[in-house]
Amino acid sequence: MAMGLFVAQLLTGLANAAALFLVASGLSLIFGVTRIVNFAHGSLYMIGAYVGVTLMNVLPGHFGFWGSIVLAGLITGLIGVVIEMCVLRPVYKAPELFQLVATFGVILVIQDLALMIWGAEDKLGPRAPGLKSVVRILGEPVPQYDLALIAITPFILFALWWLITKTRVGILVRAATQDREMVGALGVNQAWLFTGVFFLGSALAGLGGAIQLPKGGADLLMDLNIISAVFVVVVIGGMGSITGAFLASVLISVLNVFGVTYLPQSTLVLMYVVMAVVLLVRPYGLFGREEKAGEHGQVGEPDRPIRPFGKMGMALTSLLLLGLALVPFLGSSFAQVLIVDILIFCLFAASLQFILSTGGLVSFGHALFYGGGAYAAALLMSYADTPMEVAFILAPISAGLLALVVGWFCIRLSGVYFAMLTLAFSQLGWSLVFQWNEVTGGDDGLVNIWPSAWLSDTTTYYYFALVFVTAGILFLRHVIHAPFGYALRAARDSARQAEATGIDVRKVQWMSFALAGAIAGLAGALFVFSKGSIFPNELQISKSFDALIVVFLGGVKTLSGGIVGATFLEGAKDWLIRLEYWRLVLGLVIIFVVIIAPDGIVGTLRRLGERLGLRRQEEFMR
Amino acid sequence: MKSMKTWTAAAVALLSMSTATFAADTIKIGEINHYKRMAAFAEPYKKGIELALKEVNDAGGVLGKPLEFIFRDDDGKPGDAVKIAEELMTREGAVMLTGTILSNVGLAISSYAGEKGYIYLASEPLADDLVWKSGNPYTFRLRTSTYVQAAMLAEEAAKTDAVRYATIAPNYAYGTAAVEAFKENLKRLKPEVEFVTEQWPALFKIDAGAEVQAIERAKPDAIYNVTFGTDLQKFVREGTTRGVFEGRKVYGLLTGEPEYMDPLGEESPEGWVVTGYPWYAITDGPGKTFVDAYMAAFPGETPKIGSLVGYMTVESIAALIKKAGSTETPALLEAFKDLKVATPMGEITYRALDHQSTMGAYIGVTAVENGKGVMRDWSYKDPAPYMPSDEAIAAMRPAK
Repeated sequence: MAMGLFVAQLLTGLANAAALFLVASGLSLIFGVTRIVNFAHGSLYMIGAYVGVTLMNVLPGHFGFWGSIVLAGLITGLIGVVIEMCVLRPVYKAPELFQLVATFGVILVIQDLALMIWGAEDKLGPRAPGLKSVVRILGEPVPQYDLALIAITPFILFALWWLITKTRVGILVRAATQDREMVGALGVNQAWLFTGVFFLGSALAGLGGAIQLPKGGADLLMDLNIISAVFVVVVIGGMGSITGAFLASVLISVLNVFGVTYLPQSTLVLMYVVMAVVLLVRPYGLFGREEKAGEHGQVGEPDRPIRPFGKMGMALTSLLLLGLALVPFLGSSFAQVLIVDILIFCLFAASLQFILSTGGLVSFGHALFYGGGAYAAALLMSYADTPMEVAFILAPISAGLLALVVGWFCIRLSGVYFAMLTLAFSQLGWSLVFQWNEVTGGDDGLVNIWPSAWLSDTTTYYYFALVFVTAGILFLRHVIHAPFGYALRAARDSARQAEATGIDVRKVQWMSFALAGAIAGLAGALFVFSKGSIFPNELQISKSFDALIVVFLGGVKTLSGGIVGATFLEGAKDWLIRLEYWRLVLGLVIIFVVIIAPDGIVGTLRRLGERLGLRRQEEFMR
Repeated sequence: MKSMKTWTAAAVALLSMSTATFAADTIKIGEINHYKRMAAFAEPYKKGIELALKEVNDAGGVLGKPLEFIFRDDDGKPGDAVKIAEELMTREGAVMLTGTILSNVGLAISSYAGEKGYIYLASEPLADDLVWKSGNPYTFRLRTSTYVQAAMLAEEAAKTDAVRYATIAPNYAYGTAAVEAFKENLKRLKPEVEFVTEQWPALFKIDAGAEVQAIERAKPDAIYNVTFGTDLQKFVREGTTRGVFEGRKVYGLLTGEPEYMDPLGEESPEGWVVTGYPWYAITDGPGKTFVDAYMAAFPGETPKIGSLVGYMTVESIAALIKKAGSTETPALLEAFKDLKVATPMGEITYRALDHQSTMGAYIGVTAVENGKGVMRDWSYKDPAPYMPSDEAIAAMRPAK
């Protein structure tokens, strides 16, 4: 009996792995060849599901059912091609990872389009004809469709394996995964190779969406619900490895099934724990290859040296600060509340930009420290009756200490794997807060966290926030121009040469990570006291990505990109959200900005200024 | 380049200032919701509001002025909702706030409302903390409390001879509260029950096959379900396929609400005892009038529980302002004390004790009719007998 249950659980896990593997292998292929971290991959999965369910309701019988799945894959693949050609192709030359901003825009557009086309109500997937009941295996019921999925997956794996290892296309794909510049140098048309891979990857995502229909359906939240699991699978398997994606899907799915049985509360964390452990033991995933040195921050034009503001810059900055200081005399109380929101986001983005641009460390989990600081303050206020002022000071310190611990693990890795480990840690932090109801209030958060009486007035808090945000940003800029900043940039540009000159690269990176964490914690503390409450969504993945996106949008190879990007995005969103289809419009605005400003807003303005002769063409960045 | 920040901020501030319009001839209510993020729930809710607004304004509005709702999307983010609350109250000229489905957004607005002295009627959020543990003088709630609905199901469960229970609930605050309330009430009514397994799937990420196996393994007599939305669909499908519901009593919190039953269609579970909204079976009285008016106003659509809540929100606010005779906050606060409102569910009262309305719940048994999931043998229950004692509630509310 126990044996029967064990086998049945194993089969459930294997069946669950099918859709996950399809989606993950698509993402892995796309990343391996194009180096694009495609956030919109979940949206393609959602499209596959919706197209599949629509077709299945039209086409009858066995042929209709399976034909719908294949067609859904093909249609999704074509949509992927459209996205690649219209949105991504114009920005391939941009700094590495810049494309993720464009894919973020695509997510927003697809969300609204799906709502327009298919409506708000969830669509239940039809059952597979002829596979509606169960088979008894060792006395345990196993759905027939599960067995079908288990049977299909190896065929897909084999087909992909054959495609990758035995065909010319596969040779090109493998070559591009290893060294795409070399492939280009050998005369291969990269544009079409990328488009082809995008088609294949998108089709796999669409197939995954359609094939899971009999076990679920299509709904408007499925795009974001699957994306984190898919990233976990790709990372555990090793970026770019199909076999790795397969093994990782099976591993995660089977572990999840046993987790549900023996540790029901583990459903949120399990896969992130596995990912963190795998990355710490095998830094490049099960089947991944070590990343080539210099993959990050150095593709394309080298970073320019930097220089502090001159007299002009100082004067302008002072003028602007003066302008901000005058807002309470000119604007409404809402203008102050809005600007406080923007200021806090600017500080958060600036702290990410510090490690990302100056340190070359791409963190996907920076919200952990923002939320961590906010929660530290809120917990101190709720449980220890700490005076608000003390809680406020302890928040960045706690966030900094947290970053010190997390950083100790993370800086062992580099590039995308570093990013993924930070993501894993931030998810661990999130699920801890989300699940620990007795202490953190879980999803219902901590409420009534208000500043002391002397600060409770909107205008007073406005000045309070303005002072701390300005101080935080100036402090970061100061650090960048100090010897520590020089050491950090040296470590980014060439770790080996930096080591040779006596810089302890790891230590410098570690300290910068902690510093960025502390500043993010400061932003979080400002946030919690401006809102009076804190909820786990402030340390969710999407918060980390918000910051990431504004840094790239503003210009990753600049000093002020994060601040400009944050102001632009917060401002645009505050305005557009009043529209009925604001996600569509905001998504299009982001895509538009990405295409016309591939160096980010600041980077492109700077280039424009130089071209028009308004600015001296100088080798400095600001 | 830092200058960009200031200029953009200033530009944004100026532009949004210039778009603010003050039309003094309407009474404005700020309505904050997740229209996009939770479209399946927010759309029927908004339609309910629109229907009621039309009726109120056709009848001459309130205090001689038309009632106007300003709908704003918060993207499901508590922080954004708080910002919008401020804008609605200080710039748009709203006299009070309402809205939200997600508990955390409701709690955020409530906290802010309490601090700033804005009145907030939490229409749909499920968290009982809103009026109990985190209650404040400015926050009121319309929707039936989770505790009460769980207690109603526990009462039904206690009547059977099932003693071994399995629970399955989404792994977040609402799920835990719903399971706790059910356990507390059932154990009180029937001390010998035991809970043999508790399943906690991640919200909207259920691994239904595994959950069903885990429940089957525990061999319970009965199952208490709190999952909803796509989790419920997957759970029902896997559970039916694998036969986990056969010969077992199942109690489903909110499972009978059209939002969750409609997508299931002919695959809706049969024989579950659920709370929900059997609009199709209401044949007379104000409940029927509402259903008819709704279907006439939105051809091709059927009412959901959200539609009813939206409708009752407007009715509550109209009654409130009429009773207060003014839109000033102190007058409204005073009028909210034991405010009585005639609704499709009958008369409800906003209790002065805890600011919770006495909106009740329909409880019944699920069945499939004409390819649709419906509730049979249902009855409407008043919440009062299921509430914790007045002393217990007073003790829970923070002293102020």
